[in-house]
Amino acid sequence: MTISHFSAVLLFSLFTSIVFGITQRSEPKKMVRFGALCFALFVGGTIAASWAMWLIKH
Amino acid sequence: MTTKVQVSAAAGGKTGSRNSVASGVSPVVALVAGWLVPGAGHLLLGKWVRAALLLVSIVGMFAIGVALQGKVYTPNTGEPLDMLGFAGDLGSGLLYGLARLLGWGQAPVLVAVADYGTKFIVVAGLLNIVAAVDAHSLASGRKQS
Repeated sequence: MTISHFSAVLLFSLFTSIVFGITQRSEPKKMVRFGALCFALFVGGTIAASWAMWLIKH
Repeated sequence: MTTKVQVSAAAGGKTGSRNSVASGVSPVVALVAGWLVPGAGHLLLGKWVRAALLLVSIVGMFAIGVALQGKVYTPNTGEPLDMLGFAGDLGSGLLYGLARLLGWGQAPVLVAVADYGTKFIVVAGLLNIVAAVDAHSLASGRKQS
């Protein structure tokens, strides 16, 4: 099996965010919100770090 | 003299006893079940939606890691980083045993995507530990719902 790097980021972020949401909050609505926040931070942080590395290289 | 933390802990302990009796599941049983099978601790506590989501997430992550030809760490390699990887992998419980039994993840890691697979497998184990501890907290009453 081969996946792109971005697909790997999305899958990693999705699964990790689900577990974080369930375990770190008590109410279902807060679980969904925290999971969505984690997902956005994982993906956004990776994209930001990628651009930072590109800028350092160039 | 008791501090607010001590009073809170005492109250939590009493609540925990009530919750444990109400659910009928010992916190240790929830912890061990959750470690052996992802989501089993939550299932024992009657939280089947959470159990299903945890099962799909953790098993999915582990399976993708294996499919990407990630490495499954073994004990006693002598390398400190390998020991940490082994500790993470061990968090997957029976999934780790199954992987060792079937010889998954024993090929050398040659490409970047396979290295991602290694990380997926380790993180699946670590997430399973987090989920098992959450089941323990629910059973003991430390976490209310």
